[in-house]
Order: sequence, then structure tokens, then C-alpha cells
Amino acid sequence: MDQDISTFRQLYYVCKEQNKKIYEAAIDYEVSQGEYSEYQIRLQAQNSLNAMKNAIKEGLKSTEPSPSKMSGDDCDKLQKRFKKEKSILGKTAEKIMTYALATSEQNLRMGTIVACPTAGSCGIVPSALIAYAEDYNISESEQINALITAGEVGKLVANKMALAGAVGGCQAECGVASAMASAAVTQMRGGNIKQIINAVALALKNIMGLTCDPVCGLVEIPCVKRNPFLAIHAITASELAMADIISKIPIDEVVDALEQTGALMSPLLKESSQGGLAKTKTAIALEKIF
Amino acid sequence: MRQSSIIDIISPIMAGPSSSHTAGAVRLGLLAKNIYNAKTEKVIFKLYNSYASTGKGHGTDKGLLAGFLGLSVDDSRIKHIFDTEDAKNLNYEFEFLQDFNRHPNSVDFVFEGDMNMSISGNSVGAGEIEITKINDFSVKLSGKYNTLLLVYNDKPGVISKVTGIIQNDKVNIASLHCDRSGKGKDASMCLCVDGELSKPVIEEINKLDDMYMVRYIKKLEN
Repeated sequence: MDQDISTFRQLYYVCKEQNKKIYEAAIDYEVSQGEYSEYQIRLQAQNSLNAMKNAIKEGLKSTEPSPSKMSGDDCDKLQKRFKKEKSILGKTAEKIMTYALATSEQNLRMGTIVACPTAGSCGIVPSALIAYAEDYNISESEQINALITAGEVGKLVANKMALAGAVGGCQAECGVASAMASAAVTQMRGGNIKQIINAVALALKNIMGLTCDPVCGLVEIPCVKRNPFLAIHAITASELAMADIISKIPIDEVVDALEQTGALMSPLLKESSQGGLAKTKTAIALEKIF
Repeated sequence: MRQSSIIDIISPIMAGPSSSHTAGAVRLGLLAKNIYNAKTEKVIFKLYNSYASTGKGHGTDKGLLAGFLGLSVDDSRIKHIFDTEDAKNLNYEFEFLQDFNRHPNSVDFVFEGDMNMSISGNSVGAGEIEITKINDFSVKLSGKYNTLLLVYNDKPGVISKVTGIIQNDKVNIASLHCDRSGKGKDASMCLCVDGELSKPVIEEINKLDDMYMVRYIKKLEN
């Protein structure tokens, strides 16, 4: 019987003892559980990666409004801005922000995206992963490894809490997506196990308490713009972790705190659209129009 | 409980915008269609609570119909499903309801036709779903396993006969859920299996006495 991997601590020790990368330990463990083969996992990662790239491509060239007509042209605006004036954060950050907006706007248009982990947070992992891979010449198989690393991070958090805004607030959706993205990028840039896990902990610590208060109950305001924000947030976590900055609170305790914070959060702020942004004067006026 | 897999986290590839309100709706429609599995004259989709109040903006109505028409969650036709020939040839309607006794994202499929049937289900988050009720029976169907659904006359020995036939084919039963409307009355059985049930096995079960309905519902691929 293989050693159980249901916490980050267990993952860390399996990787260390068996000299494995996170994606290797994660795949071996799932295969040992008997439900999926390595081929099935890698194939899903490859298919998801292709769908992510396609969503970016489609999103970059579209300005079609969402069914509510409240959004759809922000990615276009950002691309035009960057053509005129470079971002102070550099070329890869420009890409990350535009790819994140492209993907989440595609999502609103009922375009095809990958729920990673959820549809509302669908722009975060792809934008960070693909923009970095393009600019730093990362092979497809390494991108797949990075996506599996991200998937393992999401899975270990999901063992403790449901990845749904209605249960844990936005910290459980865009927050976890950002932690997943930080793991993917840190994996691709050659971070070690400790650095990857610290990137995850640092990312999660900084989104603690993020509410889910969608205007008119739609996955739109503030969800779309939250995607580029949290994609960049993932890079910050990766940068800090690559400098061997560590989270003083160990990762599994951070996840417990995340779960507790989600449980303590008022139901009014968990996807019910009964509080926060969703009950502002403007949001109530929008509800009447829509 | 089944732990989630890496695959669950990095999928599904789906038409947006919401895993619970769009992809979940498609999956519910697909499962309901597979359970009903007969010619229908009319389908009424009853959407409850958040499904009713934010369903239009999330394409929940489109998703439910698309699933019922056999489309998978990543099909680009979902967006325009109302304009397709299949939709135009179907007699269907939507009702939007509020009921606080129901799950926030919940739906009833009411089928009228060769057989009348009502199927209830919930979208429980991240595209995961559950079918909870067929007519008056409680059932447990998630679409994650190949599932054998039986409705039969409640009497001693049926469960053991069914599981015996499955055991003879060397298939493992992952979970078993039973319910009945009363002692000696209609009963239901939901068997989730690892692997595949063969046609002869299903036929053998179908031939058991007092078996009213036998459905083999394949797990959802996407």
C-alpha cells in the first residue's frame, strides 16, 4: 500500500523520501487508488491545456458582450492600452492580465473554457501558466506537469473544503485558483518542493476572507476582473517563494484556517447575492434592469 | 466518500459561465434523459431557487435542455440550443419557482409520454451533481459511476439475487442505495459499480420476477 497523500505535509514527505516531483507523486498516488491510469490523467491535462489555449485565442479577438450586456470588452481595452504603453510589470505580466480577461470574458459568452477549479475562476491558472510557458519556452510536457501540479494543489485543498463560493466564498474559487497557478508557475521555473508548497501557502494566506457577492447573482461582477488580479497575485507568491521566503504558518494549517474562515463567513456573502457588492445601490438598480 | 481526483480539479472543459449553473445543468439533463430513456411527448423543467432566479443569466435553462437533448458540457451548440431543430421538435416548457425546502440549485424534470415520470436533482458545486428522487423514491446518482437503477416489487431476497448476479460477473459494487414506498410495495435500488456490467447480466436481472424498470446508466464522460 502506498503512503497516503491527503495533506500537503504527506505530499512533501513522499516527494522527499522517494525523490519525486509533486506531479510524479500525485500521479503515482492516484494510480495506486485504482481509479485512473497515468495515461488518463496526462490526457485530461493535455486536453484541458489545449482548451485553455483555445479559450485565450478566442477571447483575445472577441468583444461580444455577455448576455447581461454588462461586460465583454475589457480584454480589448487592455490590449489596446498595452499596444500604446507597456506595463510597468513587464511583458509577461501584460500577457497574464490579458489572457486572464480573455478567458473569463469567453466564459461569460458561454464560450468553451476549463473550470479550473471552477468556471468563475477559469482565467487564473491558464493565464499564468500559458503566458509564462510562452515567454520562457516551456515544452508542452512540462506545461502538462505544471497543470497536474496545480491540480494536486486544488485537490488537497478540496479534501478539506468544497471549492464552491456558496460554501467557502471566493477564497475557495479564485483564491484556490491563484494558489494553484502559483504552484504551476513555480514548478515550471524550477522551484523545489518546498518553494512550490510555500508559494501555495503564501497565496492562500493573502486571499483569506475573500467574499463571493456577485451582482445580480451572475458570475460576472466582480468575478471577471478578479481573474487578472489573482493571476498576478499568483506570480507575487511565486516570486516570494523562489526567494526562499517561507510561510510561518505551515500550509496545512493555512488550509484549515481557510476552511474555518469560509465557515465563519456570513451566508449573505457566499454566492447568495444578499450582501456586499451585490446589495449596493448600483447593484440593486442593475437587478431591476436585468 | 470518494476523494476528488486531480482530473476533477482541472476539468470539465465546458461552455461557460458557471460550473454549477451551466455545466451542472447539462449533466443533470443528460442523466435525466438516460434515466427516462423513453419517448416523451412533453418535458417540463421546474427550476428552483438560485436556478430559478439566476438561471437565465447563467444559461441554466439552455443547459438543462441541451443535456436532455444529449449534448455534453463542452458542446458549443449549448449557447444556441433553443434555435436547433431538436429543440424545435420537442414540446417543453420552463417553470421558475422558489421553495426553501429545496437545495439552492435544484430542478425537477417532469416527463409526459410513453411513461410519466418525475426526476429531481441538485447541482452541488463545481459541476458535480446528484439525482435525488425518481417519482416517490429517493435515489443516489452522481453520474460518476456506471449505475444500475431498478424499480421492483419489494419482497425478501431481491437484493441478494441482484447482487449475486453481479458478483458472478466479477464486478465490484461501489455503493448500494435502496428505498421503498412501503413494505411489499414498490421499491428502488441504485447500484454503482466499478467497471462495466455486461448485457447478459442486465438481461438476467431484467428477467427476475416483479422487476418493473431496469436502467443501466453509464457514467458521464465529461
